[in-house]
Amino acid sequence: MDVLQLFVSGLANGCVYGLIALGFVLIYKATEQVNFAQGDMMMLGAYVTLGLHNAQFMGLPFWVSVPIAIGTMGLFGYVLDMLVLRRMFGQSQIAVVILTIALGFVFRFFAGLIWGHEPVALETPFAGRYVPIGPLVLGLDEVVIIGVTIALTVGLYFFFSRAKLGIAMQASSQNQLAAYYMGIPVKRVNSMIWGLAGAIAAIAGILFASKGTIDPSIGLLGIKAFAAAVIGGFGSLPGALLGGLVVGIMEPFASRYITAGYALIMPYLLLFLILVFRPHGILAQMHSKKV
Amino acid sequence: MTIVAERSKVETATAPVLQVRNIETFYGPIMAIRGVSLEVRPGQIVTVLGANGAGKTTLLKTISGVMNPQKGEIIYRGADIAGMEPDRVVRAGIVHVPEGREVFPLLTVEENLRMGAYVRSDQEGVRRDQDMVYSYFPILAERRRQAAGTLSGGQQQMLAIGRGLMAAPRLMLLDEPSLGLSPLLVKEIFAIVRRLNREQGVTMMLVEQNAKVALEVADYGYVMELGRIVMADEAARLLQSKDIQEFYLGVQGDTQRGQKRWKQKKTWR
Ligand SMILES: Nc1ncnc2c1ncn2[C@@H]1O[C@H](COP(=O)(O)OP(=O)(O)OP(=O)(O)O)[C@@H](O)[C@H]1O
Ligand SMILES: [Mg+2]
Repeated sequence: MDVLQLFVSGLANGCVYGLIALGFVLIYKATEQVNFAQGDMMMLGAYVTLGLHNAQFMGLPFWVSVPIAIGTMGLFGYVLDMLVLRRMFGQSQIAVVILTIALGFVFRFFAGLIWGHEPVALETPFAGRYVPIGPLVLGLDEVVIIGVTIALTVGLYFFFSRAKLGIAMQASSQNQLAAYYMGIPVKRVNSMIWGLAGAIAAIAGILFASKGTIDPSIGLLGIKAFAAAVIGGFGSLPGALLGGLVVGIMEPFASRYITAGYALIMPYLLLFLILVFRPHGILAQMHSKKV
Repeated sequence: MTIVAERSKVETATAPVLQVRNIETFYGPIMAIRGVSLEVRPGQIVTVLGANGAGKTTLLKTISGVMNPQKGEIIYRGADIAGMEPDRVVRAGIVHVPEGREVFPLLTVEENLRMGAYVRSDQEGVRRDQDMVYSYFPILAERRRQAAGTLSGGQQQMLAIGRGLMAAPRLMLLDEPSLGLSPLLVKEIFAIVRRLNREQGVTMMLVEQNAKVALEVADYGYVMELGRIVMADEAARLLQSKDIQEFYLGVQGDTQRGQKRWKQKKTWR
């Protein structure tokens, strides 16, 4: 039972990592850019919601704040690509990496400026409530996180496999030139993918903030999510989610059964092992993109 | 019968659907198109012949808006479309079926076709055109759930043409459909191209190195060399011409072409 509870709490964390990792992979597949600010976009999403909802700021109802925050971050991602990243076209990947790392710093700075550096909690309607499921007593926040992630995954699955725009996003990531020939507005589609990544980051941020206090440095979680994305193969959306779950579930068990110091490095150790012993999967993915 | 015949004669006499006037297109400092002018009349198959690097693909890219000309005009149905974004060009009715097929490898055959119709919103018409494509290329109907990347070269070429048709084009730009296909398959595909032209009324601009097959289906032909048009005539007359026979009907050199193409592909993007 104890093990099960550990598992569920790891699963909930893993969902958040998985959603951030999803943002990494979405953008990478579409544009071959790695957005190291993905974690900080998650942080911004959490703060925008908090800024709209919490009583000390604007005090809007929770169910009003959430869609506004998700929409705002979606728009933010779209505009960020349109105004900044689109100009990086043709530059080396390193330039984009450096740019997005710098953007992450900028986001953190502004979040601190606007909302302060003190840890704050998002006042969700499901904080501190519990649901008994069989012999287990689970936090409502954890149940919500897992439920939302499942719903979002199903929604994204249908979007990418059925909707014209979703298939066009796949098409332009598989063969950008051919997408141009078919009249798919590739640049706008790429911006929409950034928008989608922004919206997903906001959802991840809201979910993360519902579990505890946040401060502007939580964006650094992005590094862990990046590891999760690499573990998942860095080219597959289900892989990213799965990588997130693996990292998330590993954590509580590691800290329970291994000396605390070692537990922290577990995700990176796994990343290291995968890069050393299974680089094939990742390289194959990058290679197939080139042709 | 006579009315149809007369109508088509009248159409040939009317304005060309496409008029390219003195265009110049560059890759950086390299001038790939050096002042090309040509015309395509409605209902025609016009072929552009030329060796490696003559600038045929660049010419098509300039027409479809993937590249912008530095100079010149591209008059399509009375309006200058030079430098227009590709999605607007497709909406206007010009579709480019690229060299080397360029299918979406991980999408299914049917999804590829659906992407061909990306700019359209008339679902009824799209469904009808999909049936039309399947009737011309039954093998695609059989493989509709298969990933396009797993099709054979010939099937991918059929898919590329079918995907182009899904845009319901008035003018199709076909870049080397014979590339890397067996003579039998080339014959089959050209027969379908001709049928599409006759039965669906799709005007074709066909770029080829394989001069013989191209001139056999075409009404009119241009010959390009180093970015310029060096010859233009009725296809039947070009087929008889000494120069053409000497320079294009004998020479092939397949292996070299393959390597060069691969390099070009790597440099694009
Ligand atoms: N991406 C590019 N960058 C620089 N130069 C290019 C590029 N693509 C083509 N060129 C050059 O432009 C010229 C015309 O090329 P183009 O591809 O239009 O020829 P082509 O007639 O289609 O040849 P092929 O029959 O081999 O396809 C060539 O000299 C080629 O080297
Ligand atoms: Mg060519």
